[in-house]
Amino acid sequence: MGRANPVMVFIECRDHHIAEVSIELICEAGRLAEKIGAPVEAVALGYQIQDDLEVLGQYGCRRVHYLEDKRLAHFTSVPFARAMVKVIKEIEPRIVLFGATKIGRDVAPRVASTLKCGLTADCTALEIGEHRTKDKEYTDILLQIRPAFGGNILATIISPDSTPSMATVRDGVMKRTDPDPAQTTEIVKTDHGLSDEDFLTEVLEVVEKERDVDLKAAKIIVSAGMGACNTESLSLIKELATLLGGEVGASRPVVDSGLLGKDHQVGQTGVAVNPNLYIACGISGQIQHRAGMSGAKRIVAINDNPAAPIFGIAHYGIVGNVMDILPKLIKTFKARNSA
Amino acid sequence: MSLNIIVTVKQVPDTHHIAADAMKPDGTVNRSALPAIVNPDDLHALEEALKIKERLGASVTAITMGPDNAIEVLRECLYRGADDVILLSDRRFAGSDTLATSYVLKCAIDKIGSYDLVICGHQAIDGDTAQVGPQLAEKLGVNQLTHVSEVVDVSKESITVKRSVENGHERAKSRLPVLLTVTSEANVPRPPSAKRALAFKHLDSKACDGPYENVYLEPDTCIEVDHIKEWDADAIGADAERCGISGSPTRVKKIENVVLVAGDIKQVSNDEADISEMIRELVDAHIIA
Ligand SMILES: Cc1cc2nc3c(=O)[nH]c(=O)nc-3n(C[C@H](O)[C@H](O)[C@H](O)COP(=O)(O)OP(=O)(O)OC[C@H]3O[C@@H](n4cnc5c(N)ncnc54)[C@H](O)[C@@H]3O)c2cc1C
Ligand SMILES: Nc1ncnc2c1ncn2[C@@H]1O[C@H](COP(=O)(O)O)[C@@H](O)[C@H]1O
Repeated sequence: MGRANPVMVFIECRDHHIAEVSIELICEAGRLAEKIGAPVEAVALGYQIQDDLEVLGQYGCRRVHYLEDKRLAHFTSVPFARAMVKVIKEIEPRIVLFGATKIGRDVAPRVASTLKCGLTADCTALEIGEHRTKDKEYTDILLQIRPAFGGNILATIISPDSTPSMATVRDGVMKRTDPDPAQTTEIVKTDHGLSDEDFLTEVLEVVEKERDVDLKAAKIIVSAGMGACNTESLSLIKELATLLGGEVGASRPVVDSGLLGKDHQVGQTGVAVNPNLYIACGISGQIQHRAGMSGAKRIVAINDNPAAPIFGIAHYGIVGNVMDILPKLIKTFKARNSA
Repeated sequence: MSLNIIVTVKQVPDTHHIAADAMKPDGTVNRSALPAIVNPDDLHALEEALKIKERLGASVTAITMGPDNAIEVLRECLYRGADDVILLSDRRFAGSDTLATSYVLKCAIDKIGSYDLVICGHQAIDGDTAQVGPQLAEKLGVNQLTHVSEVVDVSKESITVKRSVENGHERAKSRLPVLLTVTSEANVPRPPSAKRALAFKHLDSKACDGPYENVYLEPDTCIEVDHIKEWDADAIGADAERCGISGSPTRVKKIENVVLVAGDIKQVSNDEADISEMIRELVDAHIIA
């Protein structure tokens, strides 16, 4: 018997920086791998990024399969998917994790389709567990947990007969462990087996846009829900956020309404945030929203419905109208600062 | 020769507008109380196809896999200008995950035969997986351009789109055939045409298993074409093992209702003194400066 089949992470690297979500996934892979006695390995595709990959060792990655080619410097679907398939077939990982980024969400399903394996999008937790059917017993399989549509529901998804099991996870969902500078990784240059015919997309221009807001790094977030989805409430929310030195977040329907940009969305399909303080204004607290903010150190909920689920996770609950409460919060905070 | 465009549409529960009476006392949603609608992104996919039709000339065929009543989303496509629509319905398709769904769609597209563009919605609002598009592209063996927010240019040979990427957007070009997934930024879907609605309202589906005939549904000719084609697994030559539950590697192991037990929640009244006290506590705990 050779090595145990690894837990593998697809690495994204932009401008010589490993994406944060890739590091978070290496850490999560380490947690899963320990339970099944497997090593953590990674796959990276790119050009002249070998030095950037070294850091993965500090987070517990034992080996990086590095596919280097000038044509892989910029992501395009078919070459990335084909090359990933080749590596997965050779290495036979048990689990493959992708960031639920634009790239991860583009390439992972294509890979899953070729390998006919299971893929679960936007998982909010991963575990190792077992499963029993009438005639079969599975041990050490990946449990992929995500909120399901339809209220306060968490679904555990498995793909017991599929190798590998694959999942995508959003930025910020998994916790980083502390790096250990003494740990290194082995970088193995691997052949991608691609030919010119695989490069079907010609990227003509890339326009970088400053992110509206970086919620992930914010220490304080004041968030607007449908109970505050109007310009008056929003300007109070912005005022409070500025006063507190924080940022403005939102629930999905507020973003859908166009009042705030997509970068402001907190939740399962937005950003997962870990601020010191999260003030939820007119947010009911559905599970998809909670999936992105329940890790906040302190949660203040303002809602006119005392039965709103947000009060179930809040540390401070204020039952009332946001248009009444927000001015009072602003006023008392200002008074405090000038005192 | 004009382009052949296939649009994939899905019937979904209207998860964006959950009326209070659809909530059950345990906090879960009574799915059957939600109206079934065309997945919003798919209307943008159809609109993009219709815009290309207006520019270059094209025939637009909408397909959906779903239960019998999913025919309603096909009618919606006809009202807006689709030339032909096909219902993929079979008990053996039930329980399909995204992999099995993309397999069924692939078999149907193979049966239709020639196409230059396949246009999908970016994601379906009941699951937000955004997986069917890329999986279908892989099964068809064609290139994919996902997250498309604008079709910049299209000819009979190639297409150039604007698509969002992690830190902004890019302009990307591909030869045809290619599969696009389209987001809501791409366009404003046209409303149904009253004339077409009148002509197609009563059109029902009829199982067909002969070869695909592209007799398009035009309001003026619909006396001849009096039904919507319905294909089952046999009609599209699908391997039943790869459809439905048996073709789906993913399983729902467990569904858990999350019961929130309120922790140490402090009730704060709307009184300024109370609010001030809360702020003091947050400052003392070094939560705010
Ligand atoms: C697959 C999927 C993924 C999703 N991903 C996300 C996600 O990433 N992020 C996300 O947020 N949602 C997401 N959602 C949507 C989520 O399920 C909820 O629909 C959404 O979070 C509700 O937003 P809300 O709380 O702002 O609105 P509502 O649920 O409408 O709540 C509004 C609240 O405001 C209160 N209110 C009304 N007026 C006032 C007032 N004047 N003063 C005080 N309170 C008031 C009401 O009592 C109510 O509790 C997703 C859904 C699905 C199906
Ligand atoms: N059952 C279906 N029938 C037709 N098209 C579908 C079906 N399911 C998904 N699609 C297409 O795939 C897109 C993405 O769906 P999803 O992967 O479920 O988020 C949708 O916007 C549709 O265009």
